[in-house]
Amino acid sequence: MNSETGTETCADRVERFGYLARRLVRPLHRSLLNRRRLTLGSAAAAAAAISLPTLAEARNPFEFPTPVTPVAHDTLYVHDLFLAVMAVVFGIGMCVLLYSVIQHRKSRGYSPAAFSGPKTLGQWMVVVVPVLALAFIDYVVMGIPSYYAVVAMANTREDAALVVKATASQWKWRYEYPDQEIAFTSSLSTPRAQIESGSPTDPHYLYEVDNPLVLPAGKKVRILLVSLDVIHSWWVPAFGVKQDAVPGFLRETWVKIEKPGIYRGQCGELCGTGHAFMPIVVVAKAEPAFERWVAQTQNGEKAVALAEEQPLSRNDLLARGKTAYETNCAPCHQITGLGLPGAIPPLAAGQAFTATPELTDKLAQLGTYRDGKIVLVPVDRQLGIVLHGISGTPMPAFGLQLGDADIAAIVTYVRNSFGNHTGDVVQPAAVKSARVQAN
Amino acid sequence: MSSVSAYVNEHEHEHDHKPRGLARWLFTTNHKDIGILYMLFGVTFFLVGGLFAELIRAQLIHPANHVLTPELYNQAITLHGLVMVFAALMPVTAGFANYVIPLMIGAPDMALPRLNNWGFWLLPPAAVVLVFPGILQLFGVGNGPIDTGWTIYAPLSVRSGLGVDFAIFAIVLLGASSLMASINIIVTIFNMRAPGVTMMKLPLFAWSWLITAFLLIAVFPALIAGGLMLLTDRHFGTHFFSAAGGGDPVLWEHLFWFFGHPEVYILLLPTAGLLSHILSAFARKPIFGYRAQVYAYWTIGVLSVIVWAHHMFTSGMPIAGQLYFMYSTMAISIPVTVLFICWLGTIWRGALSFETPMLFALGYIGLFGIGGLTGLTLADAVADQQYHNSYYLVAHFHYTLFGGPIMGVMAAAYFYLPKITGHMYSERAGRWHFWLCIIGFNLTFIPQFLAGIAGAERRVVDYPIQFAGFHMASSIGAFILGAAQLLLVYNIVVAWRGRTEPASARVWEGAQGLEFTLPSPPPYHTFAERPAVV
Amino acid sequence: MSADITMTSNVTGSQRYYLPQPSPYPVLVSAALLVLFIGSGLRVNGVGAGSWLMAAGLLLLLYAVVHWFSGVIAESRGGVYHRWESRSFRLGMIWFIISEIVLFATFFAVLFYERRISVPWLASLDPRFSPWPGFVGGWPTAGPAGHRFATIGPLGIPLVNTILLLSSGATVTWAHWGLKENRRQQLIAGLIVTILLGAVFVLLQAYEFHHAYTELGLTLGSGVYGATFFMLTGLHGLHVTVGLVMLTTILGRSLKGHFSAEHRFAVEAVSWYWHFVDVVWLCLFVLVYSV
Ligand code: HEA
Ligand code: HEA
Ligand code: HEC
Ligand code: CUA
Ligand SMILES: [Cu+2]
Repeated sequence: MNSETGTETCADRVERFGYLARRLVRPLHRSLLNRRRLTLGSAAAAAAAISLPTLAEARNPFEFPTPVTPVAHDTLYVHDLFLAVMAVVFGIGMCVLLYSVIQHRKSRGYSPAAFSGPKTLGQWMVVVVPVLALAFIDYVVMGIPSYYAVVAMANTREDAALVVKATASQWKWRYEYPDQEIAFTSSLSTPRAQIESGSPTDPHYLYEVDNPLVLPAGKKVRILLVSLDVIHSWWVPAFGVKQDAVPGFLRETWVKIEKPGIYRGQCGELCGTGHAFMPIVVVAKAEPAFERWVAQTQNGEKAVALAEEQPLSRNDLLARGKTAYETNCAPCHQITGLGLPGAIPPLAAGQAFTATPELTDKLAQLGTYRDGKIVLVPVDRQLGIVLHGISGTPMPAFGLQLGDADIAAIVTYVRNSFGNHTGDVVQPAAVKSARVQAN
Repeated sequence: MSSVSAYVNEHEHEHDHKPRGLARWLFTTNHKDIGILYMLFGVTFFLVGGLFAELIRAQLIHPANHVLTPELYNQAITLHGLVMVFAALMPVTAGFANYVIPLMIGAPDMALPRLNNWGFWLLPPAAVVLVFPGILQLFGVGNGPIDTGWTIYAPLSVRSGLGVDFAIFAIVLLGASSLMASINIIVTIFNMRAPGVTMMKLPLFAWSWLITAFLLIAVFPALIAGGLMLLTDRHFGTHFFSAAGGGDPVLWEHLFWFFGHPEVYILLLPTAGLLSHILSAFARKPIFGYRAQVYAYWTIGVLSVIVWAHHMFTSGMPIAGQLYFMYSTMAISIPVTVLFICWLGTIWRGALSFETPMLFALGYIGLFGIGGLTGLTLADAVADQQYHNSYYLVAHFHYTLFGGPIMGVMAAAYFYLPKITGHMYSERAGRWHFWLCIIGFNLTFIPQFLAGIAGAERRVVDYPIQFAGFHMASSIGAFILGAAQLLLVYNIVVAWRGRTEPASARVWEGAQGLEFTLPSPPPYHTFAERPAVV
Repeated sequence: MSADITMTSNVTGSQRYYLPQPSPYPVLVSAALLVLFIGSGLRVNGVGAGSWLMAAGLLLLLYAVVHWFSGVIAESRGGVYHRWESRSFRLGMIWFIISEIVLFATFFAVLFYERRISVPWLASLDPRFSPWPGFVGGWPTAGPAGHRFATIGPLGIPLVNTILLLSSGATVTWAHWGLKENRRQQLIAGLIVTILLGAVFVLLQAYEFHHAYTELGLTLGSGVYGATFFMLTGLHGLHVTVGLVMLTTILGRSLKGHFSAEHRFAVEAVSWYWHFVDVVWLCLFVLVYSV
């Protein structure tokens, strides 16, 4: 038993499995649990020398981050067990090889034997025993703990105290707490300047977000995963959890975080050019603190919702629009607003754009494209594009992801930057009514 | 023996009507010419794929580096993977098959020589089609070659640019090429053996390629079918991989890996066969456990088509699927271990000498051992949540792909180079090549294991700074490893130019097999009349 | 055992394998494919020159294939192929057909997956969070965001087509028997009937596609049903068409008297191919149209 949490560990289950497993597996894992650090042996020591800053949460930079969920404990147990067994197997194999290389060499005048297969019983044993040993390793030493771990991992719903829905899209996460009516978007907060600098200084470079996911410690949380565009994957190493978000389907996983803290991870499936910039940060708070956070956020959201409806000054809109543009739009349309030739149209009116007719036809239909050039459409049309995206193209629907104020700010910014001088000011109220119209 | 030379002399009169110059290589129907073409093509693209690898490593040498943009980076990893697997490794092993198998089994040539020529000449168009979008981009059309990773997962590949279409066409061409080569090899082995070469006397290399060819025929059409569906999803409105129409993106993963997993054994098996010959030659001792190895190939072949979804443990499979694919995957370790035992048995109590081919062969055993054993850890469905798409996985598959097949190809290249060219290579350069490979390779990929365990992710153009040390070490290793490959090129040139000591027919003291009864290089046409063999 | 193969003597006599002379056609076929695929890649992305390249590629392909095969036919007429070579051809054809079987098997597997796994899965997602809350699944379906369409029942044209293809299988076998007995008239008559039956099949199939598109609302875009339906039947139709071209070639050669009981590999290969296409249709009839 894991004394801290009272959860059953993988090792406990092995104990239950029966005589054979007890006799054979227990001694092994005993020694493992006691002396985990041995597992990576000398390779680890060598690595320690070359590794630079350490993961705050990890025991060592070259080992698993300290596990904080039951699944992660299982994973680490299985991992350590495997590596130990594998090291032994490899060691034995290598010894045989090296002995032969050193002893049976022509330069020592060794004359070759002529056998081409096992003959005596003893020789047969030498051949068959390793095979049987490997089968035993596969299906008993590794197979049994793995079985229980798989079953435990798949049990996402039983006793879940909280449900969180994570919606992935290129390249951010949106978290919803349906029962608490909280929702927010979480995206990379490392400043672009830092990424472009060539020498990052930030200790959590690429591992930091504007709005982290907040979860209660010590409670089972069921996490649902959805994607709006391509496959992404929700991965936090300290939780031992990696689950894909498949567009159009629902996937789920669960965590039960043992101690409060900040845990970091990244999107685990190649999802386009922003794949490296889609981190996951989880702040686990002890029960009362979590409740307080929920209450605050609920109030805050109401306040924000109210504030969202307030008109903003032109300068505020432009400033807010610039930041929001750079996180949401610049990955495709670029900071310059010039897009990418052949794929992403510019947002600067009058810019030439060549691409396949499939793409340009769509743009022409929308009215943003004429005679090979980009045309600025009226405000409500552009609002529609940003809110609902352009189906069948990478242009996403931001209506689901951003609030009225952000969208208003972005559109204002776009219409007054990159050489667009419309002077238009779009207020949140206009976005609100645009949302309603389209529905 | 005497009859061989008698035959060769007789044939001299007829004189090989081989055209000269370029036409010879374009139009040839001779298995040795075609074998050489395949091998040169493979080596060239090994360098090209390696160049992409070096670009990748240059980008990753420290965080926030800007050698490649994210777009270019994704294209570089995709092309690196596709080129290494399809344009480097597969052609080289097919080249050895073409050159050596007819000699080994006493056949006059491959069974279907014109088809054989076509099989090779499908490869250059495939390579051109693959990189063509890069040229288009220069003219402002599209946004460059495929950038989805070599696994081409939908729906990223449905939404990505026109590079994907060209990659699909390249895969169709490569598939056709592999199928033609496979059919040819199967027919050659079934129909062209000299009298006396029964199936259970077939050299292990021929056996291993036979199973490889069966596998190619069993799985490559599935990838071609998948490619067609991807194409129609992209351009003709179908919904195979889109939930909106009732399809499923994960279906692509199933199709890809139903091909992709056997593919790794397609890459491995031919060199596993060659390894047995090489070990036996330098141990001066018969192959250990011939039958056991043949059965192991069969078992590997059969098991490899039923374990594919171990690449998809994080895709959200039901429990039963997780357990089935976990346990069936583990089963493959058993026949592979049989091969290991046979290899060790072959050198045990031999009279070993350590020329370059033997060094690479021993390196193969050690490195592939690490790759295989870490593969076994990946088979665990729960632990795989952690390993999947981390650098631990990248290290696993380089230990298997480079540590196995590539090391095997190197061993075989040095083994057969004197036979093919008639001249020795530089042993000194060969040894340097080996030791630099070992040092560079381990320095590149051991840090990746460690980084992966700590949570470093693959396919990222930039990474958190706690992994900086690992990546730096890995990049330095990769530069050493890359430089080492120039020695291979050097040795090929040395042997080819023929200024060095000529090679004898047997080349190596312990070499066995029909190919070593023929002069080096063998005459243009061999065995037009069947030799008989006991 | 194995590696100890050594040569003792060589058998002399007639056991000489025919090795063809260098030939430009394989490279030409590859070049044609290069042009064709680059053209197609441009075409599907709407780049103008694509269609022209495709056309050029196809013409070059036609030219190269015709010459390649004429060469083979000439060799065959020249009497260079004997039992040993024939066995290679036969084995080659068998393994080629096996690879085609895998191709179709993949599409059937996809049908199975979409119908038995992905559609039911989509219909059973937790309704509280499902992106498709109202979707009930079932088959046929165009998926949760799909449109309405009608399907083609098995008893109309598909049944007629089944009968046509099965009879054509019988007639091609009958023709083959004729050849084995050196009855040339039977060979020719059998081939003609087979070709006619096959041609009617293709025409009916084309009519059916037209009907589906214009009246039933069933198109490639009709979700997974439309996609699997048209891909499977379309790919099969393509194979029937290729089979018809092969049969016609064989018919032409029979009229010229190229075949005899001893020299019949080409006829045999084509009839195997035709039987394979036949069996695929039976699977289609059962799995696509009927259940
Ligand atoms: C040649 C290539 C090759 C080979 C042979 C293997 C062999 C194996 N692989 Fe590997 N694998 C790849 C290439 C290969 N793999 C690639 C390319 C990928 C990733 C693709 C991608 O995602 O891009 C991959 C990914 C991969 C995964 C997916 C992981 C993930 O995506 O999350 C898994 C999971 O089960 C796996 C398992 C295995 C197993 C069990 C074997 C077994 O066959 C191994 C059996 C071998 C042994 C068990 C060794 C026996 C050794 C001894 C007995 C010791 C002897 C030692 C001495 C003599 C010194 N592999
Ligand atoms: C047989 C297959 C094979 C081989 C041999 C290699 C060889 C190498 N690979 Fe590769 N690799 C793959 C198959 C292979 N790889 C696959 C399938 C992937 C997955 C792709 C994906 O994610 O989709 C991958 C991914 C991959 C990554 C991960 C990228 C990422 O996820 O972000 C990295 C990173 O370090 C890497 C590095 C290397 C290195 C350093 C070598 C070295 O061994 C290379 C050795 C160096 C040379 C051979 C260079 C020699 C050339 C010269 C010296 C220049 C010659 C000059 C000219 C040509 C003009 N590889
Ligand atoms: C994932 C990439 C992506 C992101 C992020 C993105 N766009 Fe787009 N956008 C596109 C693509 C692709 C098109 C072209 C669609 C077409 O061709 O029909 C497009 C088209 C447009 C158009 C119409 C064409 C034009 O140039 O006027 C507008 C307006 C637009 N985007 C605005 C935005 C704004 C504002 C944001 C941020 C809130 C944004 N986009 C974020 C990919 C993106
Ligand atoms: Cu999202 Cu990678
Ligand atoms: Cu695999």
